[in-house]
Amino acid sequence: MQAFAYSNPASVADAARAAGADGAKLIAGGQSLLASMKLGLAAPEALVDLGAIADLKGITVGGGVVKIGAMTTHAAVAADAAVQQAIPALADLAGKIGDRQVRNRGTIGGSLANNDPAACYPAAVLGLGATVHTNQRSIAADDFFTGLYETALKDGEVITAVSFPVPEKAGWQKFKQPASRFSIVGVFASKGPQGVRVAVTGAGACVFRAKDLEARLAANWSAAALAGATVTADGLNSDLHGSAEYRAALIPVLAGRAVG
Amino acid sequence: MNARQGFIGTSVERREDSRFLTGKGQYTDDITLPGQTYAYFLRSPYAHARITRLDTAAAAKAPGVLGIFTGEHFKAVGGLPCGWLINSLDGAPMKEPKHPVLADGKVRCVGDRVAMVVAETVDQARAAAERIEVDYDELPPIVDPATAIGGPAAVHDEAPDNRCYQWGIGDKAGTEAALAGAAHVTTLSFRNNRLIPNAMETRAANASYDPHGDNYTLYVTSQNPHVERLLMCAFVLGIPEHKMRVVAPDVGGGFGSKIFLYGEETAMVFAAKQIKRPIKWTCERSEAFLADAHGRDHVTTVKLGTDAQGKFLGLHVETTANLGAYLSTFASSVPTILYATLLAGQYATPKIWCQVDAVFTNTAPVDAYRGAGRPEATYVVERIVETAARELGIDPAELRRRNFITSFPYATPVGLTYDTGDYEATMARAITLADVAGFAARKAASEAKGLKRGLGYSAYIEACGIAPSSVAGALGARAGLFEAGEVRVHPTGKVTIFTGAHSHGQGHETTFAQVVADKLGIPMDDISIEHGDTGKVLFGMGTYGSRSLSVGGTAIVKAVDKIIAKGKKIAAHLLEAADTDIVFENGEFKVAGTDKKLPFAAVSLTAYVPHNFPHDKLEPGLNENAFYDPSNFTYPAGTYICEVEIDPATGHTRIDRMTACDDFGNVINPMIVEGQVHGGLAQGIGQALLEHGIYDTETGQLLTGSYMDYAMPRADDLPSFTVETAKGTPCTHNPLGVKGCGEAGAIGSPPAVINAICHALGVKDVPMPATPYTVWKAAQAAAR
Repeated sequence: MQAFAYSNPASVADAARAAGADGAKLIAGGQSLLASMKLGLAAPEALVDLGAIADLKGITVGGGVVKIGAMTTHAAVAADAAVQQAIPALADLAGKIGDRQVRNRGTIGGSLANNDPAACYPAAVLGLGATVHTNQRSIAADDFFTGLYETALKDGEVITAVSFPVPEKAGWQKFKQPASRFSIVGVFASKGPQGVRVAVTGAGACVFRAKDLEARLAANWSAAALAGATVTADGLNSDLHGSAEYRAALIPVLAGRAVG
Repeated sequence: MNARQGFIGTSVERREDSRFLTGKGQYTDDITLPGQTYAYFLRSPYAHARITRLDTAAAAKAPGVLGIFTGEHFKAVGGLPCGWLINSLDGAPMKEPKHPVLADGKVRCVGDRVAMVVAETVDQARAAAERIEVDYDELPPIVDPATAIGGPAAVHDEAPDNRCYQWGIGDKAGTEAALAGAAHVTTLSFRNNRLIPNAMETRAANASYDPHGDNYTLYVTSQNPHVERLLMCAFVLGIPEHKMRVVAPDVGGGFGSKIFLYGEETAMVFAAKQIKRPIKWTCERSEAFLADAHGRDHVTTVKLGTDAQGKFLGLHVETTANLGAYLSTFASSVPTILYATLLAGQYATPKIWCQVDAVFTNTAPVDAYRGAGRPEATYVVERIVETAARELGIDPAELRRRNFITSFPYATPVGLTYDTGDYEATMARAITLADVAGFAARKAASEAKGLKRGLGYSAYIEACGIAPSSVAGALGARAGLFEAGEVRVHPTGKVTIFTGAHSHGQGHETTFAQVVADKLGIPMDDISIEHGDTGKVLFGMGTYGSRSLSVGGTAIVKAVDKIIAKGKKIAAHLLEAADTDIVFENGEFKVAGTDKKLPFAAVSLTAYVPHNFPHDKLEPGLNENAFYDPSNFTYPAGTYICEVEIDPATGHTRIDRMTACDDFGNVINPMIVEGQVHGGLAQGIGQALLEHGIYDTETGQLLTGSYMDYAMPRADDLPSFTVETAKGTPCTHNPLGVKGCGEAGAIGSPPAVINAICHALGVKDVPMPATPYTVWKAAQAAAR
């Protein structure tokens, strides 16, 4: 790992300013960035740590919305009684990210800004039709994830919180890659104020919605509605752990199990 | 433990665990010497290339750099030796190309050592290594062993067709005739997947040189420090053996990968004299994937001929074994002597032929890994037997029963003589423990949930305590296979045991003390075990092949017997009796038939304060050593039964039950034995379901080079095991009657798992590792 400058500003505004410098990078939980730096895949000249900004942490539940501060750890979300009550599938998802160490350091904001193609949180954000709040604006989930490790975030834009509408029903199914235990395919399905949504992670370059499955479930929210459903393998990931066809086959299976 | 005797057969808690569990173990990386420097190895990014330019000038000027070493420095010294000569069927010796300490004009696998940088800190060494300029002229990589022979390039000029040897054992014509006359022939072709060892502690070394005494000291993660010293001194660097001390302190697992002499520590010892400061290197985890010797990687076709009743007539095996880029220390023996000799399994198959082509490829060297040849052999035998049973419509247990060897000693057609065993007993007990009778009901319950359930057997045998040196020598071994032990009785009757075996997880400090405590009738607390230091231990061949207790333990027992024999003479003198009238019982020397007796400590004190002593007949002191060279291998055996439940929609396999019933002969510490079986089962299930070293066939890059892609077994991949050690058949040729238990789990379990998966899916074969993707594909194919 190369030497780098480090700062931990106390406000979002200061953090955004510092992150605007050449070679600077925001760090949240560091569970992807630090590993990249250790492997020499990333070599920022300066790290701007968001960990000291109190405003970015915490969970509020009310008015049909679960709002989670960007610097809230996965472990905190998983263990939060109000989240467990309002959106159990979300607490379930947070509790199955990585391992115990990752969950105690990793944050929802960091996960979303990184947008790893096999990360869990993007599936929940897209699968619940959540809203991503930044220091500049609010971004609908459908507009946030734009590609492989790509998001709608602009330079100097800092995620501050995520608002999840409380659904009537939701479920999360993660089929793990045996080694990394990221999702080979993960499916988050919900029915609620944002309609019926089926979000798929791990299978493509970026989280996406399985619209054909959503249509079937909109008509009949049950696993039976997905019987015989297929998803095209075109454009899906293919690697040592599974072909595009395998991933395509897993999507309706896991969607059915997410529906219950 | 202040009791005296009754330790053998008792689950004494491991004495070493207090330091391990509290983080107080002293591993190689914990040792930092005055003036410590650090090494970093620049490794090849290419699988196969000529080095056309290697310029270290800029790197040498980098901050903190003390020395940079390349193949040029080692031109005058030997290559790393191979410890076993295999002759081809045509009589020609195996091709033995030089295995250079550092790359010599050519790199032959990704991770090959190109240069070693020594600097004040490891960061400085790494930064300097990035400034070494290397130009490579890429050559086509040879990756797949099945197509290596006559491939588009030669890994070594000395082996232009990439074949190291073509070896065979058994009766070829007789086996072919038996198959031709068989009522049924079952055929299977498969690959025994490449495994990457992943001991918890990565390899490490710390090499230093004392110019005043011209002495070297090497701390190293070794399973056999005396062998390391012998090979490095006598065969590579030409250092006089008495000028070199090798210490293998606490070592965090080896599984074979720390048997071998590697180039890293060899280069460091050489360089320590040049820079006149100690040099430390601790392998990084991702580096270990490239730098450690791997295991397995066989491609095999096997045929089993049977008569109409399922009696085995002949077994025909053809294997291509991947040796990787260089001949590692014992690489040549693994797919031959340690493999093909086990192909009789537990069965009285009259005719066996096995032919092995061993090939060089542009992959990491392949050598012994937990089981070393015996897992590969067991996989061949137990997969083909189970498959034959399915094809013949005979219950797999019944087919095995019809072919079990039942009379001992039994000379197999592939060179071994089994001294004892009772295969029916372990199978019958495993069937009971696994509740095979309840399988049909469980299967119906699974099917009701849309799941597939299957049950698979594996009735393994292995050869442990690798043995007699004379036989091994006749088969090509270039080392002896005895073990040495020393018993040093102190004046107060306390005892220090020195053993050439090395404990890197096995619990010798406990087990060996149990044996000695029972033999001498003294408390375990009065006994300490020393190992892993050529400066303390007289000699040793080390720990591998489940040999420590059967060979090393026997050496200790023999030395203890000498102590008792001498003690009797001292006691006879003190008690004014004839030597032959003295008996030693419960820690006391007694005159038989009288109440005259002396405690052990009184005799030991006399030995060191010899005022009243038979000086005309005996030397003072009470210190004895023994070397033990076994007369045969030991033959642990048992039956493993695996029951799986498969989700055909995802391909996920859940092991519902894993039952192991082993015959290890006599058992010293049942808890440690059970732990060894648990660990072995985890590794065997890892091979069957998860682990796979995959190289890209186009580029030779290691695709599973980290835990992101190489799946180690984790607790939630495993069921709660049912493990039972049978009362068993004690080994007939060592005094403890022990056979060895360290590898059985890893040897017996993979075929049981795959047999269960094949049974569940109703298919003939599923490749290892049976990952969800692999099983899903098999389930899809079966459904079509």
